[in-house]
Amino acid sequence: MILNELVSYETLRVIWWLLLGVLLIGFALTDGFDMGAMALMPFVGQTDVERRVAINTVGPVWEGNQVWFILGGGSIFAAWPPLYAVSFSGFYLAMFAVLACLIVRPVAFKFRSKRDGYAWRSNWDRALFISGAAPALLFGVAVGNVLQGVPFHLTDDLHTVYEGAWYTKFIGLLDPFSLLAGVVSLAMLVMHGGAWLNLKTEGAVQARARAYGAVAALVAAAAYGLAGLWMAYGIGGYRIVGDYVTDGPSNPLHFTVEQTASWLSVYGDRPWIAVAPGLGILGALLTFAGLRAGREVSTLLMSKLSILGVISSVGLTMFPFILPSSTHPGSSLTVWNASSSHLTLFVMLVVTVIFMPLILAYTAWVYKVLWGKVTPDKDGSAGPLLY
Amino acid sequence: MEFGIVELSRLQFAMTAMYHFLFVPLTLGLSVVVAVMETVYVMTNRPVWRQMTKFWGNLFGINFAMGVATGITMEFQFGMNWSYYSHYVGDIFGAPLAIEGLMAFFMEATFVGLFFFGWDKLSKVGHLTVTWLVAIASNFSALWILIANGWMQNPVGAEFNPMTMRMEMTDFFEVLFNEVAQAKFVHTVSAGYVTAAVFVIGVSAWYLLRDRHVELARRSITVAAAFGLASAFSVVLLGDESGYTATHNQKMKLAAIEGMWQTEPAPAPFTLIGLPDQEARQTHYAIHIPFVMGLIGTRSLTTVIPGIDQLVATAEDRVRSGIIAYDALLTLRAERAATPPEVVQRFEAHSADLGFAFLLKKYVDDPREATDAQIKQAAGDTVPTVWPLFWAFRIMVALGFSFIVTMAYFFWRASFRQMRYPRWALHLAVWMIPAPWIAAEMGWFVAEFGRQPWTVDGVLPTALSVSALSITEVAMTLAGFVIFYTVLFIIEMGLMLKYIRKGPFQDVEETEAWVARHRARLAGRQNADAIAQPAE
Repeated sequence: MILNELVSYETLRVIWWLLLGVLLIGFALTDGFDMGAMALMPFVGQTDVERRVAINTVGPVWEGNQVWFILGGGSIFAAWPPLYAVSFSGFYLAMFAVLACLIVRPVAFKFRSKRDGYAWRSNWDRALFISGAAPALLFGVAVGNVLQGVPFHLTDDLHTVYEGAWYTKFIGLLDPFSLLAGVVSLAMLVMHGGAWLNLKTEGAVQARARAYGAVAALVAAAAYGLAGLWMAYGIGGYRIVGDYVTDGPSNPLHFTVEQTASWLSVYGDRPWIAVAPGLGILGALLTFAGLRAGREVSTLLMSKLSILGVISSVGLTMFPFILPSSTHPGSSLTVWNASSSHLTLFVMLVVTVIFMPLILAYTAWVYKVLWGKVTPDKDGSAGPLLY
Repeated sequence: MEFGIVELSRLQFAMTAMYHFLFVPLTLGLSVVVAVMETVYVMTNRPVWRQMTKFWGNLFGINFAMGVATGITMEFQFGMNWSYYSHYVGDIFGAPLAIEGLMAFFMEATFVGLFFFGWDKLSKVGHLTVTWLVAIASNFSALWILIANGWMQNPVGAEFNPMTMRMEMTDFFEVLFNEVAQAKFVHTVSAGYVTAAVFVIGVSAWYLLRDRHVELARRSITVAAAFGLASAFSVVLLGDESGYTATHNQKMKLAAIEGMWQTEPAPAPFTLIGLPDQEARQTHYAIHIPFVMGLIGTRSLTTVIPGIDQLVATAEDRVRSGIIAYDALLTLRAERAATPPEVVQRFEAHSADLGFAFLLKKYVDDPREATDAQIKQAAGDTVPTVWPLFWAFRIMVALGFSFIVTMAYFFWRASFRQMRYPRWALHLAVWMIPAPWIAAEMGWFVAEFGRQPWTVDGVLPTALSVSALSITEVAMTLAGFVIFYTVLFIIEMGLMLKYIRKGPFQDVEETEAWVARHRARLAGRQNADAIAQPAE
């Protein structure tokens, strides 16, 4: 096949780096609100019917939303196999915790209201709360670790080897900076969930969602700002040194990498990327204002902008790094050495160009069909609520 | 067997994959059955068909949630536990998984919400379209997953790149139209349809035995029996197709399934039953059917099917050839562009056997230093343990034929005996419910265990594919999955049984009113017939 020569290997790698960002942002924007909404559910819903209202706002869409996560995994596998191989085995126990949450969620949604009884339902409510809040926190912790570099190296055969015993590997994930990153991510998704509930509910549930969402927005902005300061003064960055090619074979060992004083030095080279963190903070503040003022559609949009800013700021700051190694910088994965082959990237791009617009179109249509507030019956019973 | 990281990882993968596949076949089949029922509803406007759609749809929903939930593990487990595998073949294997998400799973998951929540929000035809989209997307999902799995059995359209130490795709269409993948796809999807048919007939039979929901149950049996009969034929025929493709792609798997130690003169006999003995290299008390193996395996009277011993001898040659490739690889990796051309040529001549050199890594770090005994040992390792394959295969096939018989019987009663069934047949149908699951799990066992010692046949040994994890980590997640999945299974079965006992609960009044009118009409017609025909 010669067709793939139409797009250079270097360009394809950048496109797939962008698409990786699109997938992560797509996941955070969609699954993010239902994780956030479930993290808020026990607080905004004080009666069974109120909780069911909160659950039913995401009831028909969480399945589609969760596919962003699965597609994220599949796309990393297809486009960035070394990243898939190193990160998921490196974050092994943390990944298991995330998987456990994502497995419980579908079951909890489907099963919760299929039986009466206080114990049955409150247990599933707890499951929904934890499986919403815990991944939101853990995703941030993972990003915090990636920013600092992960302790691994590659052998000549490109086997991945991790330094340290399994417990240091697991507990080591929870360093203070990574926990702060976890707080950013949790607060951000709770804010997003609050903005979603504000749009889809009314009355007491909506009022509580506004109050909690507004607090979360402030926490997100503050924690994100703090993390930025920390990165400026306390977190070292990485850069590629020596000669290298951007369209060579995907082998990290062909590169030389060294640690730098701070990631943020790249803002000197490309100041325009400051737009991203600016959007992150501004969006969160506008979400706060919108929730206080009781605006609905525009508030959700502001919350989305904030998430877009925060996630893209991480990617833009690290470029071209994807997963640096803290103990053996020479094993670090970058855009230039951790992708699939030229042909695979091209094939996957063609498939994505065909199907991504379709996905966006039918997802938009489904949301349009479901447009409107979720309400119980007039007499206060659950009425039309399915979940 | 000593339990190291490889065995634990395999155990975890086998457990989570087989658990996932408890839910997949029913999703595949029931989605189509439900779509057919709703189509009848939209065409005839009879409320009983809408009630059927919703009732089976509810059971579909409970099952679907578990399928989605357990599928998540599968998508990430390659990276978690099979890190070197992911690196080594991700360039090819990852693509179908990602395309599955883009093309199929997204559609399925987005529309399944509307299937449940959209009854009042969509027109009749609109809702029917949504149902069909769910069914079609489910089946497309299976297609892409089996393209990925088919590549593990028959790795076409790819070659090894010494610079990146991995397999890379050379032809996407070869991966896509891999004959093994195509045969497997139709076989697997048909198995899913049979599962749904047996399930629907079994549950309906249980209602008929109790004289409950008779209208719903009879119609459901009619749909399921027609659908199931076609699928049962297809699953056996396409299973045969899988066997035929294995004859030229996975000779060792085929020989192991047959317990065929020595090469037999063509056309080889089929061993109906016997006791395979790995040590003595023969199958005791074997009952043979002459010619049959040669006919189904090669579709000819003259082509010889090689036996296990002969295949081991071939494997030994390939191990030796792989060592040459490995030696050239090390030079290539060190010298890169400056490699002497004769080394490049030597590598290219032997690179197809590189995987066989990796079999030696179990015994020696550098395959070039392997002793003759170790080479023989590695060649011997290419034989999977025969007796489990031998038996799993025979159980699967026997069940496959029993589905044809059962489906044919119910189809005949539904078509020519006014949908009336004797009680023994209804009891049998209830007891048959677990059978398709057993057959499907046996089938996967044969496919995956039969490929051992490889994860990718002839390319990458299983022992080399794992992540560098500690035993503690894998033991913890394995225990976690066992506990977690057991709890979920109990809850899921409890709900499934609860909703089956409860029976249809939606649109009850409307359906009952229609049933009463319908019965009156039928009674009227019988009276009319009686009047038209003068009494003798």
